[in-house]
Amino acid sequence: MTSAGIRLWRLLAHLAIYGLAFLTIFPFVWMLSTSLKPEDEVFSWPPQLVPWPPVWANYADAWNIAPFGRYFFNTAVVAVSVTVVSLVLNSLAAYAFARLRFKGRDLLFMLLLATMMIPFQVTMIPTFLILKQLGWLDSYLGLTVPGFAGAFGIFMLRQFMLSIPEDLLDAARMDGCTELRIYRQIVLPLCKPALATLAVFTFMGAWNDFILPLLVVKSGEMRTLTLAVAALSSGLYVMSFPLMMAAATFVIMPVIVAFICSQRFFTKSIVLGGLK
Amino acid sequence: MKTLQVPISARSRRRTNPAYDFVAGALVLIVLFQVVPCIWGIALSFTRYDGMNAAQWVGADNYRRLLADPTVSASLLVTLKYAFGAVPLSLAAGLTIALALDEKWFRGKALARTLFFAPNVISLVAVAFVWEWLLNPKFGVVNTVLQGIGITGPAWLNDPRTALWCIILMQVWHGLGFAVIVFLAGLQGIPETYYEAARLDGASRMQQVRHVTLPLLMPTVMFLSIMGFIGAFQVFQSVFMMTGGGPADRTRVIVYYLWQVAFDRVELGYASAIAVVIFVAVLALTLVQWRFYRDRVEVLT
Repeated sequence: MTSAGIRLWRLLAHLAIYGLAFLTIFPFVWMLSTSLKPEDEVFSWPPQLVPWPPVWANYADAWNIAPFGRYFFNTAVVAVSVTVVSLVLNSLAAYAFARLRFKGRDLLFMLLLATMMIPFQVTMIPTFLILKQLGWLDSYLGLTVPGFAGAFGIFMLRQFMLSIPEDLLDAARMDGCTELRIYRQIVLPLCKPALATLAVFTFMGAWNDFILPLLVVKSGEMRTLTLAVAALSSGLYVMSFPLMMAAATFVIMPVIVAFICSQRFFTKSIVLGGLK
Repeated sequence: MKTLQVPISARSRRRTNPAYDFVAGALVLIVLFQVVPCIWGIALSFTRYDGMNAAQWVGADNYRRLLADPTVSASLLVTLKYAFGAVPLSLAAGLTIALALDEKWFRGKALARTLFFAPNVISLVAVAFVWEWLLNPKFGVVNTVLQGIGITGPAWLNDPRTALWCIILMQVWHGLGFAVIVFLAGLQGIPETYYEAARLDGASRMQQVRHVTLPLLMPTVMFLSIMGFIGAFQVFQSVFMMTGGGPADRTRVIVYYLWQVAFDRVELGYASAIAVVIFVAVLALTLVQWRFYRDRVEVLT
């Protein structure tokens, strides 16, 4: 190929990829656009990408369709508590599996790995029955406790902790450190990168979860955001496209902003999630 | 040495290994919410149970019924159609994009990667909601544009011919960023020397891709393909949101049917049997793929 031919080819490749990338985010662009249109402009021809003047009032109206403040609160409570508690419990267990000796350790670890292969369809019905037995349906306990520990988090943190030199821990033991202090003051600080990645992964999973809330929540006020969106889509509230897209925007945008701010962790945690 | 510094009272309290305290919390929860449900689920599949009256042991009845249930085979077929549509599409698109982004001359790699990845961080429920609006037969932007150029678009999610394809496209779009990232990681794992050797032999860029890149990417392809099939057998949220299994049952995937049996019809025993069958089907598919790819990966090493 001539150098002009190569340049043309490269230009076309850029155009194709960026065109595809634009198509990828187009649904979000269109959502944003619809959310700022007056009701009667939604079906105008030609379709308008930038509505002018933007109808900001749609957002205020959408916020009042349903108790979204409550839904955000519920979702945040669930996501934060699942993330915090699971990081603590999983890292404690991971430390024991990585660096402590106890009877049955390897057998337990194998069993733990085996639980990673159980698909949710198999556990879904019994989990529902267990939560019902415990009286945890329609409560924060039911929405959070099943997520408080998981084999995947333990496995990942254990692998990371194996890279901490044993000598370092032995030195601390020699100085009379209890295992709990070693875990808190040496192991946890060294695990920060792994903990951060796992935190993003867990938080996202809990924030976006749909199946568990669908099983657990019965009343309107315990709904999480995903359930609220499902209710919106079933046409329970209004049939106004701008309002529905305004609601979708304030549900989706916090996650997009968080994603842009902490991309590094997001990408890493998604790859991790896939490895699960 | 350690014991010297432990006070007597503490030592007597610490006769048990502290390791057990470390694992106790997580293990209790995992047993309660993973191990017990798994065993219970398998046990339930041999009973008739409506969640109210005591479960009745019925032996293998549920499995016999399942074999004769036309909806089970139909929804398994839908699931397979979904899988054989979504997995190759996502692999092909992911690979093409990753190959372009991996070229040294590609400008703005980070930006493009971010854009492709964005849908992946949003819950499927929320993106399904937005897609419903795009694909709305009367007012959606897709049909508005089509109308503008003189084509009457189909009813998409309400049309038996297109509904499953809409679900496939939405899911592939949602997961595309993941495939791109994994392919990029795979591409970066190929040593530069292989390409140098190919160049010395006079291979063009296209030939390098065909004879060096693609064969060496087989492990990545295998990983994404196995993960893709496992994911295909779990598709639920998009169907729940966008079609409810319709139109004309064309999008009733197996997990959606499981959901209907369990929570609409409250036949928990029969639903558990379906769950076990899904699990076995996924295991079998994974093994088949494992063998299929193993032969193709091993040739290289």
